[in-house]
Amino acid sequence: MTALLDIEGLRVDMRGGAQILDGVSITVAPGQIMGVVGESGCGKSTLLRAMLGILPRGATARGRVMFEGRDILPDQAAQARGRIGFVPQDPYLSLNPTFRAGDQIFEIMRRHATGTRADHRAKLLDLLRAVQLPDPEAALRKYPHEFSGGQRQRLLIAAALSCEPSLVVADEPTTALDVTTQREILGLLREIARARGLSMLFVTHDFGVLASLCDAVTVLYAGRVAEAGPTRAVLDAPTHPYTRLLLACHPDRAVELAGIPGTVPPATAQPSGCRFHPRCPQAQAHCADAVPPLLAITEGRSLACAHPEPALV
Amino acid sequence: MTALRHLMRDPVAAFGLLIVVFAVFVATFAQWLAPFPDDAFESNIMQRLRPPSAEFLFGTDNLGRDIFSRVILGTRSALLVALAVVLAAMLIGVPVGLIAGWRDGWLSEGLMRFTDVFLAVPQLILALALGQLLAPGIFTAMVALALTYWPFFARTVFAETRRLRGALFVDALAGIGAHPARILFLHVLPNAAPAVLVRATIGMGFTILTAAILGFLGVGATPPTPDWGLAVSEARQHLPDAWWFATFPGLAILLLVLGFNLLGDGLRDAADPRLRRSRH
Repeated sequence: MTALLDIEGLRVDMRGGAQILDGVSITVAPGQIMGVVGESGCGKSTLLRAMLGILPRGATARGRVMFEGRDILPDQAAQARGRIGFVPQDPYLSLNPTFRAGDQIFEIMRRHATGTRADHRAKLLDLLRAVQLPDPEAALRKYPHEFSGGQRQRLLIAAALSCEPSLVVADEPTTALDVTTQREILGLLREIARARGLSMLFVTHDFGVLASLCDAVTVLYAGRVAEAGPTRAVLDAPTHPYTRLLLACHPDRAVELAGIPGTVPPATAQPSGCRFHPRCPQAQAHCADAVPPLLAITEGRSLACAHPEPALV
Repeated sequence: MTALRHLMRDPVAAFGLLIVVFAVFVATFAQWLAPFPDDAFESNIMQRLRPPSAEFLFGTDNLGRDIFSRVILGTRSALLVALAVVLAAMLIGVPVGLIAGWRDGWLSEGLMRFTDVFLAVPQLILALALGQLLAPGIFTAMVALALTYWPFFARTVFAETRRLRGALFVDALAGIGAHPARILFLHVLPNAAPAVLVRATIGMGFTILTAAILGFLGVGATPPTPDWGLAVSEARQHLPDAWWFATFPGLAILLLVLGFNLLGDGLRDAADPRLRRSRH
């Protein structure tokens, strides 16, 4: 099975020397939902923005992002436009407040979708019904601020699907919403992905979301992949100390709420060797010197740690 | 349209709008509305300083000219001066704000500190100085007013541009290769339009008042132009006997400035209810 999306050695550098991503590799198979987790500041959003060609000014991306067999990084994802749908994190300023919601989505469709204006309209109305936005006809004429947060997120999901993409990338699409709305939106995403055979790259920091939605997971720490594998396997038996500590922080799993000492290092001052070593309970002297390579440990699982949980490897 | 409806529901703002619309109407048809349109430039010394009567509603001035006619004729210059000053200030301030908000580093810092410097210049002093340097006259006064009013637009637009610069729709536009000028003028500026409009409306009232002060101080409009501030200044020597000479041009200034300020407040409330400040 060839991968739909194959990110290989993706590096993102900011002007001024900060390094946001350092050699990140992620593979998404057709129909697969891949979750990307990590603390804030680990480069999750940057990863998505790099592959979509919308990095902030002053940032440059290197490496390869193979999508449908072509490297889309050099032309800033221009070839992939319309084939990748994007559901952003902040539903508020993702749409221009001065234009009607419908017009903004129709503009995307005019560029990337086939068919006439009437086709587009019919299709968008179908999608708006699919994402359960009340009164789709009226919604098209509204301005972005006239929607609630949940409605705006539904609208953006519909927009992401409007050009029949083969891949949807979502950047914590439910963090800004309350728990009930969050559940509905996640259910919706799962249903749509299954029904349409979509692949998804789903950034989150919520393991609950990860467990319920994703087939596989990549754990990112300070711009590098710490561990990757099938969701169940990784959640049940984490091998990287970071994954284990991250899981222990989840309120559902811990009786006493744990934390990870320290914070994610700033991108301008990454520690040498394994980037997690200053916070790692397993760290030994040489962890500060050698960068642990990302190695396959079992079928579909890979790990970058010199001292993994011994019982599990 | 929603903004207009909102405005009409606010009686005070609607009153302001009424005054402004009335002033524009008077200015447009001044030649036909004034009973003695020739009194703009002709004097009639035989009937000087007559009190208000049926013939001369507001009385006559020291040169025997009908004050009612001159107040009407003065509306046009008051509005035109204010409009020109505000437009010139916008022409400078809006691009400065857009560029400073969009760019980082020395250009942005430089532009905004330059703006701060101009913000610190007192209007009247600059106008008086320019009046001494160049020829005193309404044009010099307008230059001075425009030079001291543009920083308000620059700061307003700067704030909005900064807020939206990191917005996803802006990144997306940049991602598909839209030119910064296109992004700024077509996508960012419309978001700042309500704030700019409110600022412009209040600026109109402010400029009319300041222009009148400059006329009063003798560095604004020059005689025999029918100008409200100038009329009040000329009336000084004839107070308190010829009370009508100063009163009616003064009332005209008061009314129009009030109109613009009420309208500006109303627009601000309509544009963004969170910004309510001056009333309620």
